[in-house]
Amino acid sequence: MIPGTFDYHAPATVDEAIRLLGELGDEAKLLAGGHSLLPMMKLRFASPKHLIDLNRIGALKGIREQSGMIHIGAMTTENELIASALLREKCPLLPEAAKWISDPQVRNCGTLGGDIAHGDPGNDHPAVMMAVDAVFVLQGPRGERLIVADRFFHGLYYTELAPDEILTEIRIPAVSKGTGYAYCKLKRKTGDFATAAAAVQLRLDGGVCKKINIALTNVAPTALKAGDAEMSLTGKVIDEALIEQAARKAMAVCDPAEDQRGNRDYKTHMAGEMTRRAIRQALARAKGN
Amino acid sequence: MATTAEYLEREQKLEGIGCARKRKEDPRFIQGKGHYVDDVHLPGMLFGAVVRSPHAHARIKSINKEKALALPGVRAVLTAEDLKPLKLHWMPTLAGDVQAVLADEKVCFQYQEVAMVIADDRYLAADGVDLVEVEYEPLPALVDPHHAMDADAPVIREDLVGKDEAGQGKRVHDNHIFRWEVGDKAATDRIFATADVTVKQAVLNPRVHPCPLETCGCVASFDKVRGELTVYITSQAPHVVRTVVSLLSGLPESKIRIISPDIGGGFGNKVGIYPGYVGAIVASIVFGRPVKWIESRIENLSTTAFARDYHMVGELAADKNGRIKALRVNVLADHGAFNAHAQPTKWPAGFFSICTGSYDIPVAYARVDGVYTNKAPGGVAYRCSFRVTEAVHLIERMIDILAQKLGIDKAEIRFRNFIKPEQFPYHSALGWDYDSGDYPTALKKVLEAVNYPALREEQAEKRTRGELMGIGICTFTEIVGAGPSKNCDILGVGMFDSCEIRVHPTGSAIARIGTITQGQGHQTTYAQIIATELGLPSEVIQVEEGDTNTAPYGLGTYGSRSTPVGGAATANAARKLRDKARKIAAHLLEVSADDLDWEIDRFKVKGVPGQEKTMKEIAWAAYNNVPPGMEMGLEAVEYYDPPNFTYPFGAYLCVLDIDRYTGETKVRRFYALDDCGTRINPMIIEGQIHGGLTEAYAVAMGQLIAFDAGGNLLSNSLMDYFLPTAVETPKWETDFTVTPSPHHPLGAKGVAESPHVGGIPCFTNAVNDAFAHLGVTQIDMPHTAFNVWKTIHELGLDNRA
Amino acid sequence: MAKQHIVFSLNGGVVEILVEPRTLLIHALRETLGQTGSHIGCETSHCGACTVDFNGKSVKSCTVLAVQADGGEVLTVEGLAHNGALHPVQEGFMQEHGLQCGFCTPGMLIRAYRFLQENPSPTDEDIRMGMSGNLCRCTGYQNIVKAVQYAANKLRATQGA
Repeated sequence: MIPGTFDYHAPATVDEAIRLLGELGDEAKLLAGGHSLLPMMKLRFASPKHLIDLNRIGALKGIREQSGMIHIGAMTTENELIASALLREKCPLLPEAAKWISDPQVRNCGTLGGDIAHGDPGNDHPAVMMAVDAVFVLQGPRGERLIVADRFFHGLYYTELAPDEILTEIRIPAVSKGTGYAYCKLKRKTGDFATAAAAVQLRLDGGVCKKINIALTNVAPTALKAGDAEMSLTGKVIDEALIEQAARKAMAVCDPAEDQRGNRDYKTHMAGEMTRRAIRQALARAKGN
Repeated sequence: MATTAEYLEREQKLEGIGCARKRKEDPRFIQGKGHYVDDVHLPGMLFGAVVRSPHAHARIKSINKEKALALPGVRAVLTAEDLKPLKLHWMPTLAGDVQAVLADEKVCFQYQEVAMVIADDRYLAADGVDLVEVEYEPLPALVDPHHAMDADAPVIREDLVGKDEAGQGKRVHDNHIFRWEVGDKAATDRIFATADVTVKQAVLNPRVHPCPLETCGCVASFDKVRGELTVYITSQAPHVVRTVVSLLSGLPESKIRIISPDIGGGFGNKVGIYPGYVGAIVASIVFGRPVKWIESRIENLSTTAFARDYHMVGELAADKNGRIKALRVNVLADHGAFNAHAQPTKWPAGFFSICTGSYDIPVAYARVDGVYTNKAPGGVAYRCSFRVTEAVHLIERMIDILAQKLGIDKAEIRFRNFIKPEQFPYHSALGWDYDSGDYPTALKKVLEAVNYPALREEQAEKRTRGELMGIGICTFTEIVGAGPSKNCDILGVGMFDSCEIRVHPTGSAIARIGTITQGQGHQTTYAQIIATELGLPSEVIQVEEGDTNTAPYGLGTYGSRSTPVGGAATANAARKLRDKARKIAAHLLEVSADDLDWEIDRFKVKGVPGQEKTMKEIAWAAYNNVPPGMEMGLEAVEYYDPPNFTYPFGAYLCVLDIDRYTGETKVRRFYALDDCGTRINPMIIEGQIHGGLTEAYAVAMGQLIAFDAGGNLLSNSLMDYFLPTAVETPKWETDFTVTPSPHHPLGAKGVAESPHVGGIPCFTNAVNDAFAHLGVTQIDMPHTAFNVWKTIHELGLDNRA
Repeated sequence: MAKQHIVFSLNGGVVEILVEPRTLLIHALRETLGQTGSHIGCETSHCGACTVDFNGKSVKSCTVLAVQADGGEVLTVEGLAHNGALHPVQEGFMQEHGLQCGFCTPGMLIRAYRFLQENPSPTDEDIRMGMSGNLCRCTGYQNIVKAVQYAANKLRATQGA
């Protein structure tokens, strides 16, 4: 359980990091929290020749609000998300989900950007990002581009991020009145990935669901948006029968891989169950707002 | 006359038996000054790392060391070819079989040891492992033990082909290891043929692993000039290791020093001798330098010492009132690719024949067949006495199944079948002599504490609403303290244990015992025994274990044998000293030894107040003023061969709720009453119960060493192998009764494994009980949410219609 | 591979060492610096035996590179006691029997030390959550919860005084 040899680079600016990434090319990997990459390297499943450590780039950290959007530096850690009063008020789904990630020590290292950019369907933030309509800022030698979360995840460990780009910032619209949210995650124990999880954010107006996002974790090669389920609830007064119907529609899009957490049937059912619970909880919260 | 207050004060000052004193080992552990094997750093030390097979079953076509050897800092790559001239490529196991140290022409399980890289440090050794090229020709893997003895099953052990025994009696197939039978088969069959009621059920104890937080490892250091070998090793039995190393290496035992320093938990994982140890020792002898080998967690879970893998079929015959008339058991035991089962030599299925449990069953028969499969070797006692967890699991499931069939309450059926207090000492149908017990009192106390009738009412009410609530009961009897040398030995050495005590002139003492603590707190509890027996404060009694150069020969710590055997040796050694002290006191007081009474910490002349000598005074006199003809000094040794095992018991009750939509289980309450006879340190006992229950919870609810059909291991990291955190772990309630052992000098029995042995069936009985009203008779462990949901889903309980 | 020179604060003193970029912080502490209090239990950041305090946060030092500690501040179990006086978390573990084999203990203690600064008045459930990155195979956690409560009470008493 010892990583192979590599050269270590600790740039102080994003520009420097992008320059290094350009120069070192395929042989380099970006190091964020390290809790996915370093274990892979210890198992020698990954043997990069260069590591570019983003931890010393101050500009990649921090949470601020700017014209109705919350801007979060990609290297902001899970515990920083949880501790943020701004997020609790303006994007409460994110800190709620972060609490369910791994354990306290890992949350001190693990970062929002790392969790997203790794492209692992077991990670929690991809579905959360879809549920909160996040926009990702990707920076590379050709400059900056923005992409919505829905279009970022292409496949297992495969994302829109080009090899010479860095995910630098996540932007999320601040929630408005009448918004409810929930992240329901089934896992075997602390530190485990989800058997299945559902992220829901919805907005009520006069009891009617004006908008709802439903996204699922770890039940397909990428995080999934349950579009049919969303449509079945939009514009409706949500009741138990509609929730049941939406859960079934969410199950229909699942394509999970069997592992020690369960077989495909179980995971699909659990995606449905987490969807039910998340919608119910989000609804209750929206009514309370 | 001493007043009661003075008397109590003197007694309390000793902090002896019965005192919940703080542990003597803690100051070093809480300050980071523990000394574990991986903390050993010797000058010039090399590091060994193991090249392992990616295949479960394959022929080795070639091993190319060149690239590895070309890496600067890599000193050697050892393979079976290198060990052959030393005849060390195979080694004997505790079960009479042999095991490949490094794979000899073929590999028989995934992660099997193929080569060992010796390098200057652990980073270079890991690089070297990466560079060793091994070419394999894969063979069909045998994973399911039920197919091990099929006519067309792949033969795993080619070295044994044509041999009709593998160290444990006759075998009938190339993949068969042994058949072990006990009891009266004909009489048992007769009762089954005519019984009012019979039940039959397949019950599985799946393959699990003890997984202590510290993995296995060693530092072997051979001094070429002196011809002496020192090995720091994670061993629960250092003296046995010394004997084995001597037999293997040809070095005299006097030139071998085995040191078990602080051990980061054992739970049975650290009883055996592993290829990594042998490789490090060989490399040290070859290089004349210290060589360290430390397992990774993956290696630990993959190779060293699994437990269980018992595929059992139990049958009970009973009358209409649920009174059991006979027990019949057939077991298929998966021992993996080599029979490295941890056992006293003559017990291929350990003490599985304790499977009649706490019940007065007149006739019984049990049969165990051991088979080879393409899995790691082992079969260790994971926090239990040899195969006792399996035995208790079987009978505790079967009695519940019988109750279910007859519609008798699960507590009531136990009362009807308990061995009665007046029947002790009790001779069981399968040959054991239970020393003492009071089972009905224990269960009654538990049922009252939890208000059992109210729980059953709540359950009945919940069932009407489709909710799943389970109440599990387990009334177990353990058999611990192996064991009487008349029937227990390891490699021919009787399973006694030993203690040597030296009292110093100023009244402090050092005691050395043949066992080895791994968290049980021996340095505290043995000192407490001596404190009470000798009247010296436990604070000034130093206890040492684990160094074969200083401690007397002992068989080590596993199977809850420390208190029953080592503790008895300690008490008896102290009593020898007290006898000598009495003579010295008589000499000092100029009276006959018969005129003296022992009182807490001193001898007093009968009827003459004030005429007394304290043990502290006697200790001083032992070094300057002893009776004529007596040797100076105050020192004693005891090698204690127990007359019998001890039989701790308990009554446990678990209440849990199941989420019918996710299969998640929530333990609401767990009440554990244990009886281990005399209690030496109640604080430590309670800590052991908490720990054992937590391990039981882990086994019952999640632990599994899982394989795919090709023999690939699916659960060898702590992501997939379940070790509960503080969040998942239930809260424990503990209680006790005290029924002393009549044959142990202190009346004490072992305790630390009871909660594991009794806890597992209690959890599984609770899960099964949640479904009992639906006609379910057996759901096997582990009760993961996924597995529980499968039952729920099959029954349609998660329908939302 | 060329070694890198790093300087960091360890338990209040300054240390300077040469490490390979791949050297894990736990190995630098244990092998280069001889501070063997922190242990290695799983190597995959699950068990927490290697937990150290790094720049005021609990981290698992098996999954931090030693070079990342350059310029930082590290506290291990060896640095908890001050002038021979045990830290309240150390006292608590001894008083409440919060340890058995001792292997997880250094990681537990250093995590408890930080946790009680994050949450000085925790409930038992808070403690279970806050300590959930540290596995123990011996105690069943119940006495660890009591040990952390013991320390919390003592710290509050001394800070309130």
